[in-house]
Amino acid sequence: MTKVVITGSACQRFTGGRTELEVAATTFRRLVLELEERFPGLGKQVEEGMAVAIDGEIFQDAYSAKFSPDSEVVLIPKIGGG
Amino acid sequence: MNYVSSDLKVVGTRPIRPDGVEKVTGRAQFGADMRMAGMIWGKVLRSPHAHAKILSIDTSKAEKLPGVKAVVTAKDFPHIANEEAFVGEGPMNFRDLSRNCLAWDKALYEGHAVAAVAAATPAIADAALELIDVNYEVLPYVIDVEDAMADNAPVLHEDLFTAGVEPKPTKPSNIAKVVTFKKGDAEAGFKDADVIIEGRYTTKAVHQAYIEPHACLCWHNPDGQVMIYSSSQGHFMVRAYCSKLLGINIANIRAVPLEIGGGFGGKTLVYLEPVAIALSKKAGRPVKMQMTRDEVFRASGPTSGATMEVKLGAKKDGSIVAARQVLKYQAGAFPGSPIGPGCMCGFAMYDIPNVDVVGYDVVSNRPKVAAYRAPGAPISSWAVECALDDLARKLGKDPIEIREQNGARNGTKTHYGPTHQNIGFLETLKAAKNHPHWQAPLKPGQGRGIACGFWFNIGGESSAGCHIGEDGTVVAVSGNPDIGGSRASIGMMVAEVLGVPAEQVRTIIPDTSSIGFSFLTGGSRVTFATGMAATQAAERVVEDLKRRAAQIWEIPVEAVEWKDGKAYPAGSNAGAFEPLDLATLALRAGRTGGPIGAEVSLNAQGAGPGFGVHIADVEVDHETGAVKILRYTAIQDVGKAIHPSYVEGQIQGGAAQGIGWALNEEYIYDKNGKMDNSGFLDYRVPVASDVPMIEAVMVEVPNPRHPFGARGVGEVPIIPPMAAIGNAICAATGVRLHDLPMSPPKVRAALDEVAPKMAAE
Repeated sequence: MTKVVITGSACQRFTGGRTELEVAATTFRRLVLELEERFPGLGKQVEEGMAVAIDGEIFQDAYSAKFSPDSEVVLIPKIGGG
Repeated sequence: MNYVSSDLKVVGTRPIRPDGVEKVTGRAQFGADMRMAGMIWGKVLRSPHAHAKILSIDTSKAEKLPGVKAVVTAKDFPHIANEEAFVGEGPMNFRDLSRNCLAWDKALYEGHAVAAVAAATPAIADAALELIDVNYEVLPYVIDVEDAMADNAPVLHEDLFTAGVEPKPTKPSNIAKVVTFKKGDAEAGFKDADVIIEGRYTTKAVHQAYIEPHACLCWHNPDGQVMIYSSSQGHFMVRAYCSKLLGINIANIRAVPLEIGGGFGGKTLVYLEPVAIALSKKAGRPVKMQMTRDEVFRASGPTSGATMEVKLGAKKDGSIVAARQVLKYQAGAFPGSPIGPGCMCGFAMYDIPNVDVVGYDVVSNRPKVAAYRAPGAPISSWAVECALDDLARKLGKDPIEIREQNGARNGTKTHYGPTHQNIGFLETLKAAKNHPHWQAPLKPGQGRGIACGFWFNIGGESSAGCHIGEDGTVVAVSGNPDIGGSRASIGMMVAEVLGVPAEQVRTIIPDTSSIGFSFLTGGSRVTFATGMAATQAAERVVEDLKRRAAQIWEIPVEAVEWKDGKAYPAGSNAGAFEPLDLATLALRAGRTGGPIGAEVSLNAQGAGPGFGVHIADVEVDHETGAVKILRYTAIQDVGKAIHPSYVEGQIQGGAAQGIGWALNEEYIYDKNGKMDNSGFLDYRVPVASDVPMIEAVMVEVPNPRHPFGARGVGEVPIIPPMAAIGNAICAATGVRLHDLPMSPPKVRAALDEVAPKMAAE
């Protein structure tokens, strides 16, 4: 199981305030499906509105990203710039 | 392929900038330079009120004025639902964007566009604006962020309910969103602290102050084809937004990028283009529009002003054990301040076990904010870096050493979640400590300050190409407008891969119908992401060239190597052949498979974050309150400087804008909620005589995810200046200023306030 960390409030509203989840997924696409199943709305929020940091590297679009059970997976807001 | 450890011949050198001659001779084509046969002029009628219901708009008199070809209002735009939509450019509330281009039922700020005309001449268009009769019901307005948060504040949007709080509110509010980030237990951390520092800080809205006002020329052909000529930070962004706002198929819009006279984030939106297209469609003529400087200030996005509270707790040895920040950011008339990154950046540079950050995104009767270099970060870092300086002073610690002691390094877990990897913050601090500036003596009355900055940097979708001409010269193609030197850097990376001089490569930026999609030029992403695409395109060309050489020599392609712009047999076993250079292979291209070229589209990930450390020396005139910057050094981890002069220019430019933010720039409102200083005489950006030579020091900790190690460099340098200068003023005078800008009246008032106390001591 991979630990997914939710630090900001954007996703916590779907999880009832939970900041850590254990997921069976090892790909971003599976993660989205699992989150949507467990917390309706969260998968869509993650897929469309969030970036994902996997082992410290921020993926603005993690659609093809993979991770392992040991990975650090953090859901953070998407970053823009000036 | 990764070239970080290679013997680089082009990358890292300083060839003459490719756009230099056109710009210094005044020949470069900016938005306002465009002309087209049959062109007419568009002008915008703007609200004189900060907040008003639009009861009716009567355009009949204007339409009858000879020379007027079209009049449009928001009713000429399709109705768009109030929801975020995705068209490849990230989330955007297109209803709000549409209503910002032309007000729907309410004018939400002074300067809000309410109608537009197109006429044969600018003078006729101006006269027509005078004939449009708008019946307003003036409403109470609110400008200040904390006033807007108050229970009794005038509400801008009846359908805006605060997101991010539970239970979901049932009453509309100007607080669009609350965001929180927590790490550890801040309350327990503060209890464990030996020393506590607290402060309340404010910043004012400041404009990006690009020299070139927004301008466009648009032509809605009767067959539905649309041409857009405009200077922006992304012609694909312009295409996508116009498509969405006007209901036009993307394939029917061709957006042509022009030179851009500065953007800094402020040109990542559309203001005029959809209006010009709507006017053109009605008039059957090409329509040109350009803002005046007054319009730029009143109607295009500045960045947020803010109010913040910051609290730091530390042990006597200087280790920070707890931190808290509350941030309230102005969003302008529609939700969407940079509160998220603001919350994430303030403490991102430090390894703090217990952190609590709360941010508020607040609408008020101001122009909708737009991105501005490292959006949100300069504001939050202004507060944090000043508080950290106070902490160092209270503990008797050196301000660099306390940052080194608590500084983020590889493996530091941030308060917003991710663990830092491959970062160069400590290296920049070390470079600052070892720089002669830090050791140089100061005269009495002078002060030195230091502050740091962090920005994530981003990658994203990019397209680039590499095409070999018949004579062996090279055209590199980039999908991104060149704002900070990307034509040079992309051409140089292509030249490096091909093994040819930089001068042999010409980089161009084609229109949206001539290259694959590229996300906009922003977030310091282009040299990283589009440069990655260009590098890969050049690598594909090299592979193709090797294949062609192998075909000519009748040997396996594996027996060919590419070096210094030529194909060589790889060792004596491959055969004894004279090398084939690019020109020779290009000449024979028809016989070996046809034209030589490649395009690559990718979605780049792995942008390495950037860190900067700035040192400022100041002198304060106690009579006038004027602050003079005596010396300024900006140190930054740039990964790898592709063209060092451009990188230095980015660092110097960001620092200069930060100096303006620190000392003079601010939106000033009168008692009626109208901007009082919408011109460069009254909104004072720094001029050459205000700023010393800014020494840019490049630290190079390569980003392993980029073929040449590049990191984005354009965002970081605007983050530290405000606090570096504030800390220098504090060192010079003993007075801590909490409010930006630290303009002469404010400095003088602060000095006057403490003078009796200091005299008594």
